[in-house]
Amino acid sequence: MASQERRKVLVIGSGPVKIGEAAEFDYSASQALKALREEGYESIVLNSNVATVQTSHEMADKVYLLPVTAYFVEKVIQKERPWGILIGFGGQSALNIGVELSKNGTFSKYDVNVLGTAISGIEAALSRDIFRETMKQHGIPIPRSASARSRDVAMKAAESIGYPVMMRVSFNLGGRGSAVLWSEKELDAEIGRAFAQSAVGEILLEKYLFGWKEIEYEVVRDHIGNCAVTACIENLDPMGVHTGDSVSVTPAQTLDNYEFQQMRSTAIRVAEAIGLVGECNVQFALSPDSYEFYVIETNPRMSRSSALASKATGYPLAYVSAKLALKHRLYDIKNNVSKSTTAFFEPSLDYITIKMPKWNMSKFDFVSNSIGTEMKSIGEIMSIGRNFEEAMQKAVRMLDINGEDGLVGGSVYTSALKRPEIEAALKGKRPYWFLYAAKAFRDGMSIDEVYSLTQIDRFFLKKVKALVDAYEARAPDGDERYLKLKAQGFSDRQLGSESRRSITIKQIDTLAGEWPAATNYLYTTGVGGEDDIGTKTGKRKLLVLGAGVFRIGVSVEFDYGAVALARSAKKYFDEVSILNCNPETVSTDWDRVDKLYFDELTEETITNIHAKEGFESVATFTGGQIGNNLSVALEKRGMKLFGTAAKSIDSAENRDSFSKLLERLNIRQADWTSAASYSDIKAFIERFGFPVIIRPSYVISGSAMKIANNMDELESYLKAATRLSRKHPSVISSFIGEGIETELDCASDGKSVIGVPLCHIEEAGVHSGDATMMTPYLDGDSSSRMKEIALVLANELSIKGPFNIQFIVKNNEALVIELNLRASRSMPFSSKATGISLMDHAVSGIMGRFEWNGFREPEHGAFAVKSSQFSWGQLKGAYPFLGPEMRSTGESASFGKTLGSALVKSWLGAQPNAIPKKAALVYGNTDRGILKEAADALARNISVYTLDSAPMHNHHTVDADKALRLMDSRGIDMVVTNSDLRGIDYHIRRRAVDMNIPLVLNARLGRALAESMFDSEMDCLEMREYWTGK
Amino acid sequence: MGESAAYIYLEDGTVLRGEPFGSASVKTGELIFTTAMNGYPESLSDPSYKGQVMIMTHPLIGNYGVPEKMLQHGILHNFESESMQVEGLIISELTQSSKWNGRLNLSDWLSSEGIPGIQGIDTRMLTKKVRDNGVMRCVISTTGEISDPAGTMGGDYNAINFVELASPKEPIIHNSGKGNIVVVDCGVKHGILRSLSGMGYNVVRVPYDYSADKISSFGPAGVVYSNGPGNPNLLAKTAESLRELSEYRIPIMGICLGHQMAGLAFGGRVRKMKFGHRAVNKAVVDTITKKAYITTHNHGFAMTREDVPGEGRIWFMSPDDDVVEGVIYEKSNAITTQFHPEARPGTNDAGFIFGMFGNMIKKDRGSRYG
Repeated sequence: MASQERRKVLVIGSGPVKIGEAAEFDYSASQALKALREEGYESIVLNSNVATVQTSHEMADKVYLLPVTAYFVEKVIQKERPWGILIGFGGQSALNIGVELSKNGTFSKYDVNVLGTAISGIEAALSRDIFRETMKQHGIPIPRSASARSRDVAMKAAESIGYPVMMRVSFNLGGRGSAVLWSEKELDAEIGRAFAQSAVGEILLEKYLFGWKEIEYEVVRDHIGNCAVTACIENLDPMGVHTGDSVSVTPAQTLDNYEFQQMRSTAIRVAEAIGLVGECNVQFALSPDSYEFYVIETNPRMSRSSALASKATGYPLAYVSAKLALKHRLYDIKNNVSKSTTAFFEPSLDYITIKMPKWNMSKFDFVSNSIGTEMKSIGEIMSIGRNFEEAMQKAVRMLDINGEDGLVGGSVYTSALKRPEIEAALKGKRPYWFLYAAKAFRDGMSIDEVYSLTQIDRFFLKKVKALVDAYEARAPDGDERYLKLKAQGFSDRQLGSESRRSITIKQIDTLAGEWPAATNYLYTTGVGGEDDIGTKTGKRKLLVLGAGVFRIGVSVEFDYGAVALARSAKKYFDEVSILNCNPETVSTDWDRVDKLYFDELTEETITNIHAKEGFESVATFTGGQIGNNLSVALEKRGMKLFGTAAKSIDSAENRDSFSKLLERLNIRQADWTSAASYSDIKAFIERFGFPVIIRPSYVISGSAMKIANNMDELESYLKAATRLSRKHPSVISSFIGEGIETELDCASDGKSVIGVPLCHIEEAGVHSGDATMMTPYLDGDSSSRMKEIALVLANELSIKGPFNIQFIVKNNEALVIELNLRASRSMPFSSKATGISLMDHAVSGIMGRFEWNGFREPEHGAFAVKSSQFSWGQLKGAYPFLGPEMRSTGESASFGKTLGSALVKSWLGAQPNAIPKKAALVYGNTDRGILKEAADALARNISVYTLDSAPMHNHHTVDADKALRLMDSRGIDMVVTNSDLRGIDYHIRRRAVDMNIPLVLNARLGRALAESMFDSEMDCLEMREYWTGK
Repeated sequence: MGESAAYIYLEDGTVLRGEPFGSASVKTGELIFTTAMNGYPESLSDPSYKGQVMIMTHPLIGNYGVPEKMLQHGILHNFESESMQVEGLIISELTQSSKWNGRLNLSDWLSSEGIPGIQGIDTRMLTKKVRDNGVMRCVISTTGEISDPAGTMGGDYNAINFVELASPKEPIIHNSGKGNIVVVDCGVKHGILRSLSGMGYNVVRVPYDYSADKISSFGPAGVVYSNGPGNPNLLAKTAESLRELSEYRIPIMGICLGHQMAGLAFGGRVRKMKFGHRAVNKAVVDTITKKAYITTHNHGFAMTREDVPGEGRIWFMSPDDDVVEGVIYEKSNAITTQFHPEARPGTNDAGFIFGMFGNMIKKDRGSRYG
């Protein structure tokens, strides 16, 4: 490459985080960008997900914050004329676009080389039909199956295969639309939705292999056909549970050499059959009582499991895959962990990793609370231990489920659940089966009984039972007994014991100790006696806490923060370590920091690591909800927080003390009262009336935050809030309905502040994480008051580092809602919108003084808008609506020369949004004037229907049945409504999300879109071009 | 622990305590490790491990139990020999099996074979010690502490002819086809026998020190020099028979120790490695086709580039170090691999090498009888 002109390569990202397509693709595309840079290519990334690490100039030479759609990819190709394109690093979204642009001739028109696996191979993998044929041709065993493109064909096929059948959907992700169907009637009910979920209208029906085990292999293959199988992941959940929702263990634990190798060889044959160049995973179904197995599917791209496999083994699949796409041979690529061996090997693990999914079901109303073929989990963690029990207990703690300090002894374990309820939970596949399994064993159920309910391999059930037995016989007195319990992963809190021993630090080296490792990829264990690394060095050390498991409200944006922080802090420290346990993240890329601790974000573990390392400071402000909750405890344990002191964090997070502080500083807020005593609440209501908003302390994403309109609602919401945040009282404030919500994303040195004002399109009452945000915010009076308030609070609380303030602006006056002394969700957006790094400023503010006094707002070269991505479609039955509790799973953003252009592109960046071509359905009972304006604006370009039960005048009225029929036939291709109307439109909203019809849940957003959607210029500039206002 | 304890004593004075399983006994051997994550029934019954105490680096061992022996023509499908070959087993945790074809728990198998096992050891620490210091002698005791570990360890392992112990005293014939392939059995793995019988020949195993004449008396279509334990430099007779047979251009295949025997027979040099290759995840690159394979390795001796005798053409190399993993002796009609094409445990990637050997035999027969 060196002698040639720099070739351009375009990398397509995966867009906003949604269920089934999350931060793992930030990790994979970032790795690809790293490989491109090493090889001397000019890298260009297209992705609307503003919160990612990949959409920054540290990673890519050029960044296009645009929707991940064929239209915009073509625009960028037109402008940049890249030599090559990588479509395997942005999930299913990027892959589908690659296939589309190849088929419609765009790539050949612009002479773009598809790097890596050829499109024909990708199609052979993605089309259920071609896949089946390809496997048959190569003599690879697949279950009895048939593909179908119509209802009739499908029903007949199912009949001949025989029920139960597994229905799968071509060209999609997260298993959307798929199901296990036990009868003709069930198939008939589900099939319409399945067809709607396929990008090509194709489904597959196959024999459902009830009770079979599910195994995944990760294969890399170079362009001359060299293959290595770098990981084998064993799912604990049997076939029928989406692999993203399964608990899994790496390496596989129950396979003998024969079956392991048979499936491995078959995986290689699958890779050969599709002409893989790069990486793919191959999923198998394995009989629980014979050597029989089938290939189920393959994904010829980076995937959730490839990210997991990379972290589980230390083998960087995405990086290697990118190099393979650039025609390197496997053995010419270096093993970056050992630095002395090559990438052509298969890692050997001398530890166990367990992946567990995290669900957020309680945030959704009416959602089906059962795990199945459609992925529903919102995040995942990976635990590392020297035995299964340790890894299992760590994993449960990493999930940060309220009240679970490990697999046994927690709230489910000690609950009063009766045997039928336990059985129902296990058989009905409720989330977190392992907690119910432990409960079952405690209550005397046998391994076989639990097996017959769950079909989870008895090997694993025995391990669960071993933990129950150990817990029931626990007696942590005496060193040997204590050590034995610690070796089974019990935490001191779980045992009710004082800590008596620090842990051992072990290294992940990909070769089980056979070669020395040159990388500090570390975990801690209670098993074994010798540290792999020296820790006491007299260096200046910083520990950065990652955000742990993602959940609604804590996602890739916090990872962006942790990565940016680690990078900035490197200037000031000799050694920067990250502690995190989320395999989907860039922050857990061991190449980024001096030391990576892949471990629990708990007080005990951090204290133990600190005892060995002696960190100068510990940064909690990129740790999301977990970091927030740990700050005070860590400071009590003698650790120095990086930036703002815990005392200040407490006075901001504790709603009660914060409201008092605002009063003292004469900063306006909504009328409020502490929810500590019933008489106070009553007096408050008598004085100020309803509606009121209940705000628990120490929560992110507005968990349990509700608007109450009467006393009954208030009482029930208060109960939930108290359960969530026992230690800290909630606050009740008057709900200000008509206000605009604004925010400041800031960094401070304790005196001066730099900050970016943001404004929401949706009115107050919609959680800021669900709202559409824009900047610059151009209202002079209120914005200068906001900045004054930021300065006052920064000085009063000696804020050093990042912070965010939320306001309601009403009648030109700014009232404070809350202050967050941490990296905010919108920080990446604020930074990228203005071309500054708030995190760099935060770090320099912590380490020294800013060069200016007072408040500085960076210049704006363009308009920037951030929109929310919802995953309603994936959450079967959930009622889509907006409120003070956050429910979106991700975000997209775009910049524009006009506000309209930025808004429309940003909105289009979230799936399944698209500009309607036929008709919109507009209806609602609140903000009717605004909805009417939206309807009128839409009517200038397309037809508009309205609903008889909540009509807009002058528009064509239909009843709900007619509306549903129109939606089914795509006669309606957009729905705009407002507030919560579940009494009248549950089915309409559900149908919209099930049929992938864009759904706008807020009148103001609907109006803003309607007014700009049809005539905004879709400018497609590189990020820097917007900053300079070119 | 408490009630009963097991001990490991190393040459360098290290003493480790763990929990015993398997047989209650005291054994000595050379301490080695394998990083294979499964396939313990195959590894433990591999005669190449004769005289060695094995550390398994994967922390959970025993997960799928020990299956019933499956035999065809006297050749085992799921073990590498009729009995356990290691002197002792060191692991982090012994688990209970629950697999459909598990007949015994691992501990019971060790007991029935008289082999001691220790669990609860920081196997990573121990593995790193072996890696950094080279292989060491050790004593493993599951009967409590012993008084004179150094005295128990015995002398120089490099001077002991372990092949003598692993090789049959008389020929063993597996009637599995037509024509004979003779295996010079230095402790052959049944995986090799199975691959050969799968080619449609009878497999005749002869003692390692059989002369070329005696081997020829079976009218072999081809001769295989097998894997085996210990120091190849002690096996002058074996090298001698190989050299003599090669003069008749009878197709010869050498595997592992057999590869080393060919090197020695043709005037090359074989040296002890600081720490051997003992894993199932190792790459070898075909220097001619540039294709690479993931293969099973189990060797403490090796040839590097400059050790290969003049006639030999380097066939496979390890990309990770300078070890020669395969040689073709065109003039002598011999192919040899330092790795194990039969795997077990390990990948099936290099199984094609038996096919190549089969083609050499067919070609040879063609030239002789055609």
